[in-house]
Amino acid sequence: MSDRVLQVSGLVKRFGGFVALNGVDVHVGPGERLGLIGPNGSGKTTLINCISGALFNDEGSIRFDGQDITRMLPHRRARLGVARSFQIPKPFRSMTVLENLRVPLEYAARSRAGQRRVVDEAMDLLQSIGLGHCAQHNSAGLTQVDMRKLELARALAAKPRLLVSDEAMAGLSSAEVDEILEILLALNKRGVAVIMIEHIMRAVMRF
Amino acid sequence: MISADLFSNAVVSGLLLGGFYAAVAIGLAIVFGQLDIVNIAHPAFIIVGAYIAYILNSRFGFDPVFVGLLAAPAFFVVGAVIYRVYFLAFERTGQESLSGLAFFFGVMFIIEVVLILIYGVDYRLVQADYIGQSWRIGFVDFPLRMLVPFAVAAALTAAIYVFMSRTFMGRAIQAVAQDRLALQLMGADPVRIKQWAFGLGIATAAIAGSLLIVIGPVEPSVGRLYIGRAFAIVVLGGMGSIKGMFIAALILGIVESMVSTFAGPSWSPAVAFGVLAITLALRPAGLFGRR
Amino acid sequence: MKAAAFWGTLAAIFVAGLALTTVLENEYYYNALYLILQAMLMAVAWNILGGFTGYVNFGSAAFFAMGAYTTVALNKALGLPLPLLILAGGAVGGLVGFGLGYLTLRLKGVYFAIATLAMAIVIETFIANWTYVGGARGSYMLTPDKHLWFDSYIQMLFMVMLLLTLGAVAVSRMLNSSRLGRGLAAIRDDEVAAESAGVPTLRLKLVSTTVMGGMMGVAGAPFPYFVTFVDPVSAFNLFIAVNAIAMPMIGGTGHWIGPVIGALLVGTTQEIVKVTVSSELNVLIVGVMLVVFITLAPQGIVGLVKKHWKRKP
Repeated sequence: MSDRVLQVSGLVKRFGGFVALNGVDVHVGPGERLGLIGPNGSGKTTLINCISGALFNDEGSIRFDGQDITRMLPHRRARLGVARSFQIPKPFRSMTVLENLRVPLEYAARSRAGQRRVVDEAMDLLQSIGLGHCAQHNSAGLTQVDMRKLELARALAAKPRLLVSDEAMAGLSSAEVDEILEILLALNKRGVAVIMIEHIMRAVMRF
Repeated sequence: MISADLFSNAVVSGLLLGGFYAAVAIGLAIVFGQLDIVNIAHPAFIIVGAYIAYILNSRFGFDPVFVGLLAAPAFFVVGAVIYRVYFLAFERTGQESLSGLAFFFGVMFIIEVVLILIYGVDYRLVQADYIGQSWRIGFVDFPLRMLVPFAVAAALTAAIYVFMSRTFMGRAIQAVAQDRLALQLMGADPVRIKQWAFGLGIATAAIAGSLLIVIGPVEPSVGRLYIGRAFAIVVLGGMGSIKGMFIAALILGIVESMVSTFAGPSWSPAVAFGVLAITLALRPAGLFGRR
Repeated sequence: MKAAAFWGTLAAIFVAGLALTTVLENEYYYNALYLILQAMLMAVAWNILGGFTGYVNFGSAAFFAMGAYTTVALNKALGLPLPLLILAGGAVGGLVGFGLGYLTLRLKGVYFAIATLAMAIVIETFIANWTYVGGARGSYMLTPDKHLWFDSYIQMLFMVMLLLTLGAVAVSRMLNSSRLGRGLAAIRDDEVAAESAGVPTLRLKLVSTTVMGGMMGVAGAPFPYFVTFVDPVSAFNLFIAVNAIAMPMIGGTGHWIGPVIGALLVGTTQEIVKVTVSSELNVLIVGVMLVVFITLAPQGIVGLVKKHWKRKP
C-alpha cells in the first residue's frame, strides 16, 4: 500500500443530480504507466480534475505517496509532485515559451536557484522535447503540436512524480502522435508515473 | 409587532418596484445573460432615456412613457453601433475581459459627465396626470406612479419573451448564445444577430428610463445605484432566462422594500449586492439558469 | 531598464524636484504637479491588481478615501504629524485591500469588478454617516504652519507626493520582474493553469489587493491637507476611479512604466484643458481618452512602442 504513488479509493463526484464518478478506485505504483480509455462523457477528465485538485470530490479519498491530499488545494498538490496537462492547451499567453516554463519551475518545483539557473533548466527542458527553437516565441502563436508539447513541458517543469496527460494527442497527425508518445515514454523511464488518457488506440497500445 | 397594514404595503410596493426593476434588467438579461457582454453602462443609458423623457415632457408635455416608446428605435440604432465598435475592437481580437469592461466603464463615465455638463446635478422630474394619484384596495395603496411602470414593464417583458421564443431573430439570438459555430454553419451571421440583440437591449433602456423618471426624480449619478440591481437580477434569475429574470426582479423588489421599510432606506443599495453575493455563493446558476 | 539607470533616474528626478522648489514660486504649478503625481500613484497602484494580476477594480476611490479619512480622524483625535498619517493611511488602505481580497477570493472577472463597486458604495455610505469625521457635511483641515525648509506648505506636499510616487514606481518595477510578479502574470493569463503549476493563487491575489490598497491609502493620506475641505463626494469621486483605470490602460498595463506614461499624458492634458478651456470639460477628457485609446490601442502606448520595435529589422 505505502509504495503506491497514487491511491484513489471510492471516489464519488456529483454535479447536481448527475453522478459523474461513482466509487472509482485507481492505484498507480512508482514509475508505472496507466492508460485510461473510455468514451466521451465517461468521466475521465472529471477524474483528473479530482486528482489534480481542480475539483473536490464528494466522497472517497485520494492519497499521494501515502499522504492524504483529498482536501488539498491544487497548487499544493503540484508542489508535492502531481502534474497534469490540459486537454485544451492553456498557455500563459502574454509570455514566451521559455517564460511559460519559469512559472512551474519557480513555484511547483520550488526552484529558488538564481535566475540564470532557472532559465538554463527551462532551456534544457525545451530542447529535450524539441521546443528549443521557439523558446523566445510568444506562446500564443504556436502550432497545434507545439502547443501540446508546451503543455507537457509545463507539467514536466513541475518535476512531478505523477503526470496525468489528458488527451495530449487529440487531433495530431501520426508522426506527431509518435513525438508526444516518445516524450511520455522517456519521462516514464526516468521514474515518473504516467496516467495517459487517450482515444488514439495505437498510442495506447504502444504505451 | 409588525402591523398587517405596514407589512402588506411593503410587499405590494415591493412587487410594483420589482416589476419596474424587470424593465431595468431585461436589457442586461439579453446582453449579459445571453451574450456574455458586460455592459455596465446599461444603467447609464437608462438615465439618458429618463432625461429624454424629461426634455420632451417639460418642453411639449408628452407623456413620459410615450416618449420612451418613441425613443426606443433611436436607442436601438445607437446600441447596434456601439456593439459594432465593441466587436471590432474587442471581441474579434479576444480582448473582451479587461478591455471590454474598461470600455463600458469609460462609456458610462462619459454619459454621466456629459449629462452633468448639460443639466447639472439638480434632480429632474416629469409631470403626468397619474403621478400623484393612488388606488386603494382595503388598507393597501397602489400608487399609480408605481403601477403604470409595473404594467409597462410586465408588458415589455412579455413582449420580449414572446419575441425570443417565437420569432426567427429571437431564436437566432438564443442560438448564438448557445452554439455560435452551429449557427454559422446554418448560414446565419452571428455578428449581425448579436448587433440586433445589443440594439434591442439598449432600446429597452429608453423605455426603462421613462419609467424611472415616472417613479421618481432623476439626476446623473442615479444610474450607478442600478448597476448592482441589474446584475443581481440577471444572475439570480439565471443567465439566459427571461422568465427567471422577471421573477428575480420581483424578489429583489420585495426584499428591498422590506429592508427599506423595516431597517431604513439608506440600506436599499446594499440589498442588491447582498442578493448577488448570496446567489453566487449558494446557487451560481441562478433560479432558471442554463448552466 | 537596467537597475543602475533606473535608480539614477529616480534620484535625478527627486533632485530636480528639490531644485524646482528653490526657483519656482507660483503655487499653481505645485498644485498641478501634486495632482498629476497623486494620479500617477493611484494608477501605479491600480495596475498591480489590474494590469499585473488581471482583476479589474472599479472602486479605487474607496481606498483613496479611506486614506484621506484616516488622516481626518487621526488628526482630530491625536494630531499626528504627516509621516505617521501617511503610514496609517497606507495601513488602513492595505487592511481594506486585504478584506476585499478575502471576501471576493472566489469571484472572477466581472463579478469581482462589481464587488469592488459594491464595496465602494458601502464604504462611502458608512463614512457619510460617521459624524466624527464630518459625515456628509464634510470636514475642514487647517493648513499647518510648519513646512520644513520649503517656502510654502504646498511645496512640501509636492515633494512628499513626489517621494511617495517614486517609491511606488520602484515597488511596481520590482514586482514586475520578480518571482512574485511572474506568479501574478500567470494568474492573469490563466488562473487554473497557474494553480496547477504550483502558484498559490489565493495567497498571491491577497498580496496583490493588499499592496494596491496600501498604495492607494498612501495616496489619499495627504489629500485633506491639499484640499483643506474633505467630504464624501470629493473623496469618493468616480473621477478618481476612472483616472486610476484609464491611465494604466492608456499607458499599457503589462509593464510597470505603463501607468507612469499614462499618468503623465492624461494628467498633463487634464491640467492644460482645465486652464485653457474649462474645468468641467477636463473631467470628460479622461473618459473620452480611455474609450478612444482602448478601442484603437488595447495594449496601450507600451504596446504600440513594442509593435513598432518588432517591425524594425
